[in-house]
Order: sequence, then C-alpha cells, then structure tokens
Amino acid sequence: MLKDITLGQYYPVESILHKLDPRTKLFGTMVFIISLFIANDIWAYVIATVFLAAAIKLSNVPLKFMVSGLKAIVFLLLISVSFNLFLTPGTAVVSFGFLKITKEGMIVAGFMGIRLIYLVVGSSIMTLTTTPNQLTDGLEKSLGFLNRFRVPVHEVSMMMSIALRFIPILVEETDKIMKAQMARGADFETGNLIQKAKNMIPLLVPLFISAFRRATDLAMAMEARCYRGGEGRTKMKPLKYGNQDRVTYLVYFLYLAIIIGLRILRVQSF
Amino acid sequence: MAIKAEHINYLYGKGTAFEQHALKDVNLEIADGEFVGLIGHTGSGKSTLIQHLNGLLRATDGKLYYNGRNIYEDGYDMRALRSHVGLVFQYPEHQLFEIDVFTDVCFGPKNQGLNKEEAAKRAKEALTMVGLDESYYKRSPFELSGGQKRRVAIAGVLAMNPDVLILDEPTAGLDPKGRDEILDQIKRLHEERNMTIILVSHSMEDVARYVDRILVMNHGEKVFDDTPKEVFQHYKELEAMGLAAPEITYVVQTLKSHGVPIDTSITTIEEARDEIIRLLGK
Amino acid sequence: MGIIKTSKLIFDYIRKDEEENIEEIKRAIDGVSLDLEKGQFIAILGHNGSGKSTFAKQLNAILLPTEGTVWIQDLDTSREENLWEVRKKTGMVFQNPDNQIIGNIVEEDVGFGPENLGVPTEEIWKRVDESLKSVGMAAYRLKSPNRLSGGQKQRVAIAGVMAMRPQCIVLDEPTAMLDPNGRKEVVKTVHELNRKEGITVLLITHYMEEVTGADRVIVMDEGKVVMDGTPREIFSQVEKLKSYRLDVPQVTELAYELKQKGLDLPDGILTLDELMENLLPQFAERFPGEVIPENGGSHGN
Repeated sequence: MLKDITLGQYYPVESILHKLDPRTKLFGTMVFIISLFIANDIWAYVIATVFLAAAIKLSNVPLKFMVSGLKAIVFLLLISVSFNLFLTPGTAVVSFGFLKITKEGMIVAGFMGIRLIYLVVGSSIMTLTTTPNQLTDGLEKSLGFLNRFRVPVHEVSMMMSIALRFIPILVEETDKIMKAQMARGADFETGNLIQKAKNMIPLLVPLFISAFRRATDLAMAMEARCYRGGEGRTKMKPLKYGNQDRVTYLVYFLYLAIIIGLRILRVQSF
Repeated sequence: MAIKAEHINYLYGKGTAFEQHALKDVNLEIADGEFVGLIGHTGSGKSTLIQHLNGLLRATDGKLYYNGRNIYEDGYDMRALRSHVGLVFQYPEHQLFEIDVFTDVCFGPKNQGLNKEEAAKRAKEALTMVGLDESYYKRSPFELSGGQKRRVAIAGVLAMNPDVLILDEPTAGLDPKGRDEILDQIKRLHEERNMTIILVSHSMEDVARYVDRILVMNHGEKVFDDTPKEVFQHYKELEAMGLAAPEITYVVQTLKSHGVPIDTSITTIEEARDEIIRLLGK
Repeated sequence: MGIIKTSKLIFDYIRKDEEENIEEIKRAIDGVSLDLEKGQFIAILGHNGSGKSTFAKQLNAILLPTEGTVWIQDLDTSREENLWEVRKKTGMVFQNPDNQIIGNIVEEDVGFGPENLGVPTEEIWKRVDESLKSVGMAAYRLKSPNRLSGGQKQRVAIAGVMAMRPQCIVLDEPTAMLDPNGRKEVVKTVHELNRKEGITVLLITHYMEEVTGADRVIVMDEGKVVMDGTPREIFSQVEKLKSYRLDVPQVTELAYELKQKGLDLPDGILTLDELMENLLPQFAERFPGEVIPENGGSHGN
C-alpha cells in the first residue's frame, strides 16, 4: 500500500513540459524561486502568477495534484500568515484586546502566503513532469564539470537514483517490522523521549540489517550486469537540448529581467 | 469460542485515491483447539484478515470477539490480546535483532511484564519446542542458517505462550525437508499443547495434510469454509480463483471422470494409494 | 567442450576474525566436474546448503574457485582479463526480485546492462524492445517496479539479462520468493526463451515441478554432484531423492508407492497424463464396461 506513494509523484502524461530537458526544468525552478524573493510589488507577483499559471497549463497535470503538495505545509503556512498578520506594526484595521490586525500586516501576510504557496506549487511542477531518473540524470549532466575536481558525480547520481528506487521499499519494510515487533508486545507509543528511543532498537536494527543485505544483493546484481562505474557507459536516454529548451531559456531570461526591472523601477516597496 | 468475526469490513486508505476494499463482510468462527488453514490468491485479503485477529489492524466496520469479548469496545487491552493471539509473519527471521538467540526470544515475555527468571524459563521452553538446544542460546542470530533463524523467530512468538498461533506462510523459501520439519513441529504444538492454529499457505498439499478446516479468501470475501475434503471438491472453482487443489485431487477426479468408482474426496497420497490398491484388488 | 565446463572445482568459504586470522573454513563445493551442452535446459536441484547457489556464482565469476577451473566458452573465469567477457556471456537472475532491479521504471532497468556495456543509444532501445517482448512484459515498460507482482519483477530481471545478449542464463532460485502463479510464469518464460532463442538455461531450484521439462537434471548434496540424468531417470529414484532432503511431485510419489505395493507401473512417471496412461488400462480390466481407458475422455460418465 505504502509502495504506491512514489516520491515526487511523477504524473505520466504528454505535455510540452514533460518533453523539456530536465536541466531546463531544474534551472527554471531555480529561476522561479529566486524571482519570488526578488518580487516585492503587486505587478511582479502578477507576472509571477502568469508565469506559474502558464506552466501549470502547459504541464497537462490536473490541478489537484499540484495542490496536494500544499497539504504538507498547511501548518507552516498558518504560522507564517498568523505571525505576519498579528505582529506587523502599522495602522490597525481590527483589534481584539491586545491582538490587532494591521493593514500592513494583511498585505505582508498575504504576500508571504502567496510566496510559500507558489514555492511549493512551482517545485511540484518540476517533480510532476520529471521522472526521478531524469532528475538525477539532469543533475549528473549539469554538475559534470565537478569531475575535474575529483568529485564522483556519476557515482553520487547513481546512489541518488538507487535511493529513490528503494525508499518506498524500505518504508514498507519498516511497517512490516513494526507490526512484527508489535505482535511480540513491543510498544512504540508510550514513554518519554528516552524510552521511545530505546524502543526503536527492535525496529532500527532489523531495518539496517535488511538495508545492508539489499545493498549487498544489489551490488552483486549490478556487477553481474557488468557495471563498473561511470567510465565507458552509454546512456539509454541521453540528455540533449532541443529548440524548445532554447526557447524556454529565453523565456526565463525575459521573465527574470522583467521581475528584476520591476524591482529596480519601483523603489518604493510597502 | 476462541475467535468470532462478524461482518468485518476493512478499507485501505479510506477517502484517498488509493482506497481499496480489502475485506468485505467477513464472518467466521474459530473454536478452541482447531487447526485451520487459510488460503487465497495474492491480494485476496488473507494477510489483512490475520492482522485483524490480533488487533494490529482495526476493522473499518464490524465486530471481532476474542473469548467472548468484543475487542473494539472501550478500554480493551490490545497489547494483552497479542499475548494470547500470537502472529508469526512471513519471513519472520527479519524481525531478529538481539545480540544472541536467547535474548531475542526473551523479548516477547519481557514485553509481557515477566521478570528475568520467568522470561528465561519461557524462552527455554520455546526454543525446545522448535528443536533448538542450548548450544544455540549464546550464538548471534545472524550467524545461523535461514531455517534456523526462522525457528528462532517462531520461538520468539511461542515464548509468549499464546493460546492461538497464526502463521503466515511459515514454509516460504524453505527446501522440501525444511518445509516438512516446520509443519511437523506445528502439528506437534497443536497436538501436545492443544493450541489453536491458523495456517496461511499457498501450498494446497501442505494444507490438505495438516488442517481440519480450510477457509478460502477471494478478493476480500470468504468464499469457502469447510473440511479439506469438501473444499477441494470445488477444485474447478478454486482454479477460476487462481488457486489449485492438491495434485492428488486431480488424480482422483480424472480417474472418476473415466468411470472409476473412486472416492473423490481423497486429498493425500496415502489415501489415494490405499484406495487404488483396494479397487484393483491387489 | 560444452558452453560451461568445470574441472575438479573446489570452493571454500573462509571466515576470518578481526585480525584476519582464519576462524572457520567451510567447503561448499567439493570436487565438481561438469560439462554442460549449449542450448540445453539444465536444472540443478539440491537442498539449502547443498552448494548449488555457490556453484551458480562460480559461473559468472562472482566467486572464483579455491581449486580447480571453470570455463565459460573456453574462457577461464579466474583470469582477470576474462572477467567482463565471462559476465557478458553468462547472465544471472537472482532470488530476490526487488534486490536486482535498479531502474525506477521497467524499461530503464532493462537498459541498465547495455548501458554498462557501452552499447550505442539506438541499439539499446532495440534490445530493450526485443527483450521486453520476449518475456511478455512490453505492456509494462513505463511502470514502476513497485507496481509489479513478484513473477513480473523476475521477468523484468530476465529481460534485463537478455538485453545483454548472453550465451547462457543462470537463474539462482528465481522462484523461491514467489507464489505458485508467479513460479509458473517464470518457468514458462524461461522455457520459451530456451526454445525460441536457443539460449542455454541453468535453473537452480528445489521445486521439483519446475524441473520435469528439463533436458538434464543434476542433483547436488554436500557440495558434490550425486545424481545426473534425465528428469525421468532422476525422479524414479524416490528414496534416494528423499535421502538428499528433496521431494518429488505428488504424481511421481503416488506412482512409486503404488509400484511398491505391487502394481505394474514404469519408473519415473512425471505427469498426470503419464499416470493415467498406465493406470486406466488396469482399471478398465478390473471394471470392464464401466471404465473408459482412453485419455481425453473426460466426459467419460
């Protein structure tokens, strides 16, 4: 059951975004996040909204999947919004005793909230339109220059890819081990912090042993299929920039230029 | 009446996109001292069902009684239930974690609140029950062979002195002799200690040889509940469910279909041999 | 020389303590000399601990001989320069379906082997397509392995090995962790590969039913080869097999028991049909008119 939850939730469908090189999408996410921190007036946010909305539309992924990522940050969102709402000094609009909501607070809270939401949705678009393998391939290719500094880029990328593959399996195994120990009377709920930590031993030891066993098996299987590191390897899905990527980079450039421009022009923020 | 299930329903991931109706209106009764087999294709709900019987999973709907008490009533002690209804999962050797065999087997009794001496006594009994003598006590569980590890894991549950023992595919991955040894040991537990045993298995031959009664699960529903002889008469329906009957069933059914007046409820090699010899007058 | 040949093969597992002193030596393979023919379907049977899995790992140089030699198509596995050729020629499928799948989606895992071999991209795709088709998993190529059943995962593993275009494929207890349906799937797939592609298959198992269709059955015990012949020859020796902690299909055992009680039956009956062929005429004699001895008369009544 838990196996069904794949990390990052790749949504398989045909779209322009799905066809883009993962490096383009990685870069785009970075650009978008940076822009959210540069933007500080309503027009910049409008442009950012247009950018995001266009990306959502172009991805062909149903909106509900984008929004599902927000469930994770609901708590954070509430705290951030509340803090800004109640603690920003300025002209009061409403007050309950010593608590007051200011006009300035509402504006700041509003933008904070939007920024957080856009951050999450923006990152989701990347993971929804890019498979874990494409992501690690993208990172591997773009960080390739580090090879010159003896950084084992390929090996790290392979490790990330394998980790992504095995996380659902290990999650399921954790559940199984927990249940098996509970069937022997183990208690993972009661007790103070130290108690709880001790109680985790019957869970962690078997889990570690299992993980090591899997690693050994996997290494043997990889060697049996002639794996010997990155040298001499070809790629089944090599990354190559296409025209759509070049156009997209141009769009990024323009977008970022507009956002920065707006910031410089509108010296007055709120 | 040891266990009684009334209209049990269980939904995985209720309300999410992954919602699955894993158990559909399951009713069953298991009396003290019975030896019951539970079969079903992968995904039929048998693993889900047994996790309900010791309270690891809670039914979405329905009632479950252990020794007359509804385990879903307020204040019911689930942890105590697990002392009475022991559950051995598939590949139980994966739960071993202690520094040596003896300490690992003591884990269960200690969780039950027993002191050191009492726990040690139980551990000794349990290890003897699975055929592991003192030479194993101080060894690390991770040095043992697969079959030995499995016996240690089973001992770990037996040490809790359960009245009911549920085993999920205890012979998975073992070679033929290993399978026979474990099943014979389970049979002995049943006979010597009058333990109620529920055996989940994929092997029809094993099930036919050892159990008094078979429950068949299919897509979350209980479809058959009868003696092996009766259940395997429905071999065609079992096939349609992705299960099979023991090979012997096919032997006698084929003979019958050719006109041989043979008793088609035969399910074991010994019975088949004796009956064929008898019919041929040898 | 056959495609796989071993000569007086000996292998010891050596356990050392922290100071590299030898603690225990366990002889897992004790003098095995075999010559396996190309294109055959060979089964190796043995109880857990008989040495069969250790033997399998000698064939693609995961383990090297302590004494004696292993040749894969004339290549000595102990020579370092032969290592990758040996592994190219001998593909291996392991017991745990999950622990040999590396890709996050099926087609990427099947492509892993060719990628390692430096095969050009276009050729990789060709091989992946063909391999997936040959194991019947083409429809699942974009699926995550986590969504597959055990039998399907093993078929993907087989495809991954086939994509490397090996000469022979060794399967080390590939069905031990599967349910009966999964087991049937895998054995059927491997038989088809053996028939259609002519690939030599070495199936290591302890399930008797999987072995009845093999060309040759080898039984191991205590690191030695103790029986070697056709399935029929091997299965007629029921008592001997039991002494090696093995079992026979129920049909074979029944035929054996009946023979012990005096019935006239040939040795090594392997299938239900064979048993019926031999039993029905005897029943027909005893119950003339009532029993129809012809097979295919399942509407006999």
